[in-house]
This record gives sequence, structure tokens and C-alpha cells, in this order.
Amino acid sequence: MNAETLVMEAHGLVKRYGHVTALDGCDFDLRAGEILAVIGDNGAGKSSLIKALSGALIPDTGEMWLDGQRVHFHCPLDARCAGIETVYQELAVAPALNIAENLFLGRELRRPGLLGAALRMLDKQRMQDESMQQLQQLGVTLGSMRQTVETLSGGQRQAVAVARSAHFARHVVIMDEPTAALGVRESGMVVDLIRRVRDRGLAVVLISHNMPLVFSLADRIHVARLGKRVAVLDPSLVTMSDAVAVMTGAIDAAATSRPTPP
Amino acid sequence: MSWRARVPSVATLGPVVALFIACIIFALQSDRFLTTDNMALVLQQVMVVGVIAIGQTLIVLTAGVDLSCGAVMALGGVVITKLATLGGMPVPLAILSGIGVTTLFGTLNGALVAVVRLPPFIVTLGTLNIAFALTQLYSGAQTVTDIPPALEALGRTFPLGRTPIEYGVLLMFAMYGVAWFTLGQTAWGRHVYAIGDHLEATRLAGIPTTRILLSVYAVAGVCYGFAALLAVARTGVGDPNAGQTENLDAVTAVVIGGTSLFGGRGVVLSSLIGALIVGVFRNGLTLMGVSSVYQIFVTGVLVILAVTADRLSRRHAGAR
Repeated sequence: MNAETLVMEAHGLVKRYGHVTALDGCDFDLRAGEILAVIGDNGAGKSSLIKALSGALIPDTGEMWLDGQRVHFHCPLDARCAGIETVYQELAVAPALNIAENLFLGRELRRPGLLGAALRMLDKQRMQDESMQQLQQLGVTLGSMRQTVETLSGGQRQAVAVARSAHFARHVVIMDEPTAALGVRESGMVVDLIRRVRDRGLAVVLISHNMPLVFSLADRIHVARLGKRVAVLDPSLVTMSDAVAVMTGAIDAAATSRPTPP
Repeated sequence: MSWRARVPSVATLGPVVALFIACIIFALQSDRFLTTDNMALVLQQVMVVGVIAIGQTLIVLTAGVDLSCGAVMALGGVVITKLATLGGMPVPLAILSGIGVTTLFGTLNGALVAVVRLPPFIVTLGTLNIAFALTQLYSGAQTVTDIPPALEALGRTFPLGRTPIEYGVLLMFAMYGVAWFTLGQTAWGRHVYAIGDHLEATRLAGIPTTRILLSVYAVAGVCYGFAALLAVARTGVGDPNAGQTENLDAVTAVVIGGTSLFGGRGVVLSSLIGALIVGVFRNGLTLMGVSSVYQIFVTGVLVILAVTADRLSRRHAGAR
């Protein structure tokens, strides 16, 4: 896939809450098959941007494009239908349900024929098989798909959440602090997982405060500040302290060694 | 790890074992206990609370509770009998109206819980009193008698071998079958579990949680309507004071059956086992000549034991 192809872009997003401006003409672009990190201080408009992209927030003005098509999301379901999946930091899986049930939660497969059509009977076997396949493709081995998620470690649970997104996303996977709730070793496992999702051709938006994580994973870094995009940095060309300085406004984006053009 | 998924958990097996032990103990105490006639009697006694317990199980699975179930059933019973006698309504229409009223009450509970987001405990404590008062007002606190014979059809028996079984018991089994299938084999059922297990994760997965929660309470209302029909068939009257023991007995059956009050865990068939345990204790203690006050005492102890087991097993699983 051409690295310059834009999967998703947004122009001049504005969102105001009373006299508070969360997004102040924010731009955004995401290339096919890249990991784009979004960093920013608290209140920089980072989470508002992500909410706009995932349909959880409707911008007052501005345009969003997905795969060359203008899109208007009114709710998170709209974004999901358009092929954008989100992984949340708080391990959003149901502990008493099993792995396959979690993977297909809300998108269950029915039996073919009358059993599925008339009795709405679920095809548990096919869901288990597809779950197993999906997790194996991502390099995760979890034994039985029928074990409940509560028997898994935090990293394994997040792997289930990532596998769910990767299975259903057609364009973009948004990961909101995917390692925030995890220990060091478990984080490493999720990092590998994120790379594999990218390697399968999906564009990944990674929101994180963890600079070493951002610098080890991201192909580009989108810096949010005061509701705008102030810079897009190439992690191979700038240092972590430069990125933090741009993020906090200590130095101007133009002053960093060589920010890539937006 | 995979063996865990296949072996039934302690929560599922516990009630069955408890029922078995209770039966052995009572069989040793009374010759009459283990006769087929007595077993059929236990089923008849359990039939009404068993059907209420289906609705209660659905609600408890969503981490809710319904204290109004018995009162709503009583209202349904009075509506059915009064419409069919004084109202002169054809029996099928009267039954439909009664089930309609209980469904409406269930939906009201559901709207207050799912849409207004009030705690189920308080909501149903309120509707318990409202339903009770409406029942008394509508019936003039009078038992409705002289009901059409057709309303007693489910109370009639057919011989199984030489044991008379009520048709209502068959209806109860059929309803458990439907509930078991729906909860285990359809997406709606899995969503009911997911809501009680982790509401936020379920919402984030794009499931319309408000709508499903509302439907759970409405379906519970339908169950109470059928329970009302069974109670009318069994007693032959529309009793405005019915359902008072069923209010808590249904919760007891569900909890003893091992469904977690914290939501998301449990099997509907176990609620039938739970109802049978309560029924067997009542029946067995009566045969032993123990006063009903002790029966109430024992039921109370059983509930607390069941909740303790639930709490401990959850702590063991490391959840919450």
C-alpha cells in the first residue's frame, strides 16, 4: 500500500463547551498502514480529537474524510459501521463471558438456515474458530476460546480487546492508552500486538502519555496543543525531550530539528 | 486451563447437590416424602414461584432485583379473574389483558431502572406498594370467586403413570426451556449476561444497553402474568392477597440457585432447582410436623448461606 495514501483526514475541527474551546480548528491526517501517535498535555484537545474520530463527539464545525469519503459520525456506532474500531484503556471486556463471546460481543454470528433465522440461534462453534484464528494471527495463544476472560491476565484481556478491534476494523484502529492499566511485561506483549495490527495493513492511532512507548512504536507523532495540531514529528529525527517541549509549548514546532510537513 | 470451561462450576453443581441431600434427609425422616404423589405435590407447590423466578433470574442477571414480582402477579390474577367474571370478557381476552397489565408494570420498572437510572431495589420497593394498593382498590379487597372453568384448565391434572401432574407444571417446564435457550443460545441472552457483568464494556461494544435492560424487565412482567394465570388455575380464585410470600421466595429461589446478585453469572435452570429446594424444605418440614415459623427461619438461613457462597466464590475468582 502506498504510504502517502490518506486513510483518514480532518480539517478545521472546532468544538466548544460554553466558553471552553476543546478543539480550535484542529487538523488531522492518518496514512494507510502507519502507527500515528497522538500526544498532548491534559486539555490539549487530544481526547476531544479522538472522540470526534470515533464518533463519541460531534464537532461544531469542520470536515472529516474516511478513505476519500466525507463522513459525519453521530454516535460511536456510526464510526464502527464505517470501519473504525476503538480499544479503551480500561480493559473494556466482560469478565464472566468467554473469549469468543467477548470478541463477538454485539456482532454475534447466527447459525445458518432456520435455526439462525427463526430461532436466532448463535453459531458458537464458528465464533470460537474465528476467535482462535484471529488471536493466532496476532501471535496470541490462549488455549480454549471457552475460558472466561476473568481467568486471563491484564495483558491477555487487552489482547482480546485488540483482537476484537483488528477483526472488525476495515480502516482504522484507535488505541486509547492501551498499556496504561498494564505492567511492564504485559505492556511489551501489547506493543507487539499493535505492530502486528499495523503490519496487517490497518492504520493505528495511538494515544499515549508514555513517551518511550510512543517513540518505539510510532511512524509519526501528532502533537496536540491548545485545541490545535501544532506539529507532526518524525520520531527518528527528534528527541523525546524535543517532543515534550513542543507539546508543552516550551519551544515552537518550527524550531525542532526537522518536523515533517503535516 | 481448558478443562475449566467444561467442568460445571461449584455454583452450578452446589444447588443440585443441596437438593439431593435435602431429599435424602427428608426421605429418612418421613416415609411419605419420597412418594411420587408427594413429589408431584412439591412440583405443584413450586409451579407459581418457579415461573416468577424465571423473570427474577433475568433481572438478577443484569445485577438488578425485583421485589415487586409477587405483588404484580397478584394484580395480574385479580385483573384476569375480574375481567372474566364481572367484566364478562371472553377468557382468552381476560388472560391477555392480565398479562398485558403485568407486562406494563415490568416495563414501568424497566423504564425507571434503565432510562431514569434509579436503583432497582428502591424502584421495585415502590412498585411493590403501588401494585399492592392497585390490587386492593381494583378488587375492593374482595377475593374474586366463581371464575369460568376455563381459567382452571392449567390446574387440572393428567396421569403420568399413576401420578397426577398438573398441566401448569408442564407450562413451567416449557417456560424454563424457552428461557434456557434464549439466555444461552441467542445474542439477546448473551447481552443480558454482559450487561450484568460489565455494563460499561457492553455499552462500548455498541450494544443498546438501555433497550435490552428495558426488555428484560418487560419480559419479567410477562413471566409474572403467566405466574398469575397459574396461581388462578391452582387456587380457583383471584386472590388480592396472593403473592406476598412469592415476593421474597422468588428472590430466594434465584439466589439459592446460584445466580449472583452482583449480576452476569448464573443459570436459569438453577433457579428451578432453587425453587425446588425451597419447596422441598417447606414440604419436608410440614411432613415432619414442624411449624411454618421454622420453615420461614430455614428459608432465611438458606438465602444467607447462598449469598455467602456467591460472595466467597467471587472473591476466589478475583473479580470485583
